Amino acid sequence: MQYTKDLLTDLYRTMLRIRLAEESLVEPILKGEIRCPVHLYSGEEAVAAGICANLEKTDYIFGNHRSHGHYLAKGGDMSRMVAEIYGKETGCSRGRGGSMHLIDPENGILGIVPIVAGTISLALGASLAIKIKKQKKVVITFFGDGATGEGVLYEALNFAALKKLPIIFACENNLYSTHLPIKEIRVNDNISESATPFGIKSIRVDGNNVLEVYEASEHAVKQCRDGEGPVFIEFLTYRFRGHVGPDDNIQGSHTDIRPAEEIERWLNKDPINHLKKILIDEKICSESEISKIFDEVTNEVEVATDFALKSNYPDPSELLKYVYKE
Amino acid sequence: MSTKNRKLSYSLAINEALKQIMAVDQDVFVIGQGVKSPWYVGNTCKDLIRLYGEERVIDTPISENAMTGAAVGAALAGMSVIIMHPRSDFSLYAFDPIINQAANWSYMNGGRASVPVVFWLVVNRAGEQAAQHSQALHSLFSHIPGLKVIAPSNAYDVKGLLISAIRDPNPVVFIDDRWLYGQEDNVPEEIYELPIGKGIIKNEGNEVTLVSSSFLAAESSIAVDLLKVEGISVELIDLRSIKPLDFELIFNSVKKTGRLVIVDGSWKTNSIASEISATVNEKLFGSLKVPVLRLNLPDAPAPASRTLELEYYITKNKIVNAVKSILK
Repeated sequence: MQYTKDLLTDLYRTMLRIRLAEESLVEPILKGEIRCPVHLYSGEEAVAAGICANLEKTDYIFGNHRSHGHYLAKGGDMSRMVAEIYGKETGCSRGRGGSMHLIDPENGILGIVPIVAGTISLALGASLAIKIKKQKKVVITFFGDGATGEGVLYEALNFAALKKLPIIFACENNLYSTHLPIKEIRVNDNISESATPFGIKSIRVDGNNVLEVYEASEHAVKQCRDGEGPVFIEFLTYRFRGHVGPDDNIQGSHTDIRPAEEIERWLNKDPINHLKKILIDEKICSESEISKIFDEVTNEVEVATDFALKSNYPDPSELLKYVYKE
Repeated sequence: MSTKNRKLSYSLAINEALKQIMAVDQDVFVIGQGVKSPWYVGNTCKDLIRLYGEERVIDTPISENAMTGAAVGAALAGMSVIIMHPRSDFSLYAFDPIINQAANWSYMNGGRASVPVVFWLVVNRAGEQAAQHSQALHSLFSHIPGLKVIAPSNAYDVKGLLISAIRDPNPVVFIDDRWLYGQEDNVPEEIYELPIGKGIIKNEGNEVTLVSSSFLAAESSIAVDLLKVEGISVELIDLRSIKPLDFELIFNSVKKTGRLVIVDGSWKTNSIASEISATVNEKLFGSLKVPVLRLNLPDAPAPASRTLELEYYITKNKIVNAVKSILK
């Protein structure tokens, strides 16, 4: 194995933190304790973990409606994220944003919004700022296959190529654009080919293999830092749950969307189990070391949940605060 | 402030504001379609590339949505950005970055970040340019929480308000009118700010309060002089900012005159004139001697043909007649 034990266990821990933090939301959603729309990332953790492991605190990321994983992998505080999802004043957006508006500028998490493709141009601008300031930073814009239907993506690809900007277009292709399978939204299901005509280096990787994600993004980050950006990477992956909330969107249920065999096939490609098997098979970690990580992460999620539950809701007298910066 | 009696045109006052702020603040840059081209931007961006280079004065492909979003994103990464739309109509491609993103950003992120961007929209009214090269959209943007909107009427105001807008940590929509570009005024040579959200009394009077902004404030000024010759005393308020609105200034004047005419270059329905009228009726109903009068564009797209244009646009004569009608 070419990678250090520290790196491998960090990747494992990051993916597990995302999975357990998100799965802890399922019951409160079903009970109505969490009310804001929550788009779960379960199944796609390798992408966030593999990319962000290559980033410095000072690098920037922009996300989308399904960005708990990006926030956590880039160093966002779990307690403040869970508090935000509960709508609490201690949340990372002080309860004004909810699950779809996470932010942490101190850790380079500059913006997460649910307008599909809405942050692609913002990430483009952040990379332009980096170039003007002659910095060595990199920007990642995370978006899904659905965003390939938005014109702004192609405007951004053109401008990024024209100015050789340090931006990585990270397309998480989970095969569904809300309810529509990819075959119903485009003729060519190879999204990575979209960037090539703009003169952008473009690759397609297995988004459920965290080591493949890590390696592809390591090269891409280096290329951007060397002033040879941008790069487009398509990550083939799958969300274990439906578009929004805990529902699986399984065929035959009221959200009659995805074939049961297809879900089953992807569950067998669980990125966390995949790395766990490598750690064990290659004798990098013992079972007890794996269990210890699991216990630590479980504890972290409990602490975060406890923090959220004990926090106050925003004071109604502060309804109008933050419309403008003073 | 300089006492030098120096005349400068409106467009060169914009140019001077940009040159001076880019000299003192390395984080400021200008981006937009046509910043290289006098055909697009007149002399407002003269010498900027020579002084600051193409890294900070960026002409762009025709991609209003992405370029405006890029301005917002660069601001989030620590820059202060002026994004230029030389035809305001084309900025409508960029509603998402302006409204969904920039305007909401501070609030939806609990105040943890804001967007110091100036969205510069140039109005190209009349000249038979028809419906998509002429729209004055200040009322539309004033509806959006989180945005500020300025519409300066003269060279002195435009320099000071533009400097304030660039230094403001919030997104500001700066709407100017090409018809003002040749107009000259005394403009101090040094850098200065004017407060966003404050209007100014351009002429004191006691019979009618006339409220206006941008090009029509300049037209109203001529109308007020014509009315003065006929012995009619008009208090003229130039709003300078459309949002926030300086209601205190308007209220104090209306309390004195009891009559209000609002001259506004946007369509009548849900216009800034409607907002001023509604608020004056709510707060000062008892002080009004006659109903408020709004002089707006009719609720129709701008026409091309000159006969229709003449009917469509507000002129100084129409303003004179409106004031006279409220005194009858």
